[in-house]
Amino acid sequence: MSTITSGRQQEMIGQDHPVIAPGHNFISVTEKIASIVLSRRTPFGWVIGATITFVMVMMLLYTITYLVLTGIGIWGNNIPVAWAFDIINFVWWIGIGHAGTLISAILLLFRQDWRTSINRAAEAMTLFAVACAGLFPLFHVGRPWLAYWLFPYPNTMGMWPQFRSPLMWDVFAVSTYGTVSLLFWFTGLIPDLATMRDQARHPLVKKIYGVLAMGWRGSARHWHRYETAYLILAGLSTPLVLSVHTVVSFDFAVSILPGWHTTIFPPYFVAGAIYSGFAMVLTLLIPIRKFYGLEDMITLRHMNQMGKVMLATGLIVAYGYLMEAFIGWYAGGYEWFMIRNRMFGPYAWSYWLLILCNIITPQLLWSRRVRENMLVLFIVSIIINVGMWLERFVIIVTSLYRDFLPSSWGMYAPRLWDFTMFFGTIGFFLFMMFLFIRLLPMIPIFEVRMLLPQSRVQSKAEAAAHD
Amino acid sequence: MAHTEQERPEIYGVIAEFETPTELVEAARRTRAAGYRHVDAFSPYPIEELNEALAIRRTRLPILIFLGGLIGGLSGYLLLYYTSAIDYPINVGGRPFNSWPSFVPITFEMTVLFAAFSAFLGMLGRNGLPRPYHPVFNVPRFELASRDRFFLLIEATDPKFDREETAGFLWGLNAREVFEVEP
Repeated sequence: MSTITSGRQQEMIGQDHPVIAPGHNFISVTEKIASIVLSRRTPFGWVIGATITFVMVMMLLYTITYLVLTGIGIWGNNIPVAWAFDIINFVWWIGIGHAGTLISAILLLFRQDWRTSINRAAEAMTLFAVACAGLFPLFHVGRPWLAYWLFPYPNTMGMWPQFRSPLMWDVFAVSTYGTVSLLFWFTGLIPDLATMRDQARHPLVKKIYGVLAMGWRGSARHWHRYETAYLILAGLSTPLVLSVHTVVSFDFAVSILPGWHTTIFPPYFVAGAIYSGFAMVLTLLIPIRKFYGLEDMITLRHMNQMGKVMLATGLIVAYGYLMEAFIGWYAGGYEWFMIRNRMFGPYAWSYWLLILCNIITPQLLWSRRVRENMLVLFIVSIIINVGMWLERFVIIVTSLYRDFLPSSWGMYAPRLWDFTMFFGTIGFFLFMMFLFIRLLPMIPIFEVRMLLPQSRVQSKAEAAAHD
Repeated sequence: MAHTEQERPEIYGVIAEFETPTELVEAARRTRAAGYRHVDAFSPYPIEELNEALAIRRTRLPILIFLGGLIGGLSGYLLLYYTSAIDYPINVGGRPFNSWPSFVPITFEMTVLFAAFSAFLGMLGRNGLPRPYHPVFNVPRFELASRDRFFLLIEATDPKFDREETAGFLWGLNAREVFEVEP
């Protein structure tokens, strides 16, 4: 390489931040990541955060108790807007989960090395997001103690579920997604649990990680099968994650309601899911990385790349909005009526706020300076999270509130219990993240080791050159 | 238990510690070349070169996972067919009972679910995990195998195994240290 470096070249070098800061070795990465968990001192900030979110979990439990004892009438949804916060929040949470699978599975198949430091936390996020999502339909069925009727089992009623209904597809898609994500995540954890077992000094802690690691000892034969299984799990998760939000969009698209009955829904839902998921990953990782001083392992490269993925998926989503409006105009009739209501009706504020959050704001991400400025990126990620929530609000409420007969029109407004349930799940989600970073290594240690130059086996010639 | 000089306790094998992956792979190659067969290597992350050095056969796990997925998909479709066309047929606007297009999503999800379980359980099962006890853990320094050190084990069951000679052989491979592994 030439030693003369022009300004332009310098800029390009600056652009290419490493996926791991130089100067690390096997011991330093192991200890850096493991010590966050094994340290006896719980950081004060952690205690504060966990306490606040725990209070929110209590609020969720209180809401659920009141809900089960009283009935879903405590929520604001009613005919004609029979689906409101339940399905808005369900879709929002499921969508957030998608980034975890995308990072861990799809980017693995594409051999993107920048996925490595962030995949564990993103997958944990997926699991907690799916758990939050599941709560909404579960309690919206009204009699949650009978929710097992959704599953096909031989029963004395002599009935089976209606498998031609997208709602049944949803049950299978979401439960499969949750289960497979858990298997994938746990498979990735096994070698690190072995590291935790070996690093822990307290006998009880050692025992707990030992049981979870199941006797993993890093044998070459085990690694060989492990890597095969991990790669195939990634290959299975890839179509799975695309199918999940497709099936979620079928809940709408298979119905014959103007505003829902469109073929663009599956791809546009999947893109939106990834969009919101990356926003949530950034919302979580920017503070975590700062608080735990993980800038060496979650570098500006990761942030930069995630910003780019958000920009790309954001543009796909923008195309979706555009096409929805265009097709509404082109189709005329009820479709055009619905679009005009959406844009200029009583809920117009939600539509234009959505455009502001989801289309205009992410245009900032074209700039590298924005993608590498953590404060701005954090704010953008929050705005996108809000925007994606609004998207579901717009799709659901503004398609339902004015149907074919003006006599059955009606307005929707959420009530207090809608909000306590929603913010309760946010609290639950964050509380689980707090537990996760305190109890499990949030960065996959063994995969970070593989990013280090010394992990490479040198050929004979190279070894000779070094001696 | 007291042992006299003559009857020392049986050992599981001899294990050598290395500092770099390059040394481990080189040692594994030379151990195979020297005729040892019951050999295993341990590393804190997967090392592709070991597969060739230890002549590890390609795993048959993918076949298992394929079969798992096949069973999942077939049983999924069978469930839908049986419930919708045989046991509980409902006439919806004269549409066929076996309305396969609407059975695609669940069949697909069942395929993935079963295949994923086959991958997870197959990997653990074929690896003999969970295994709470294994002799290699008797070596105190073995806990570094999950951090930064690399180990090569020759088991006592190897026909060529001889306690002193094999240990000497491992020392000759640039090992940082060689330990006997208690059973």
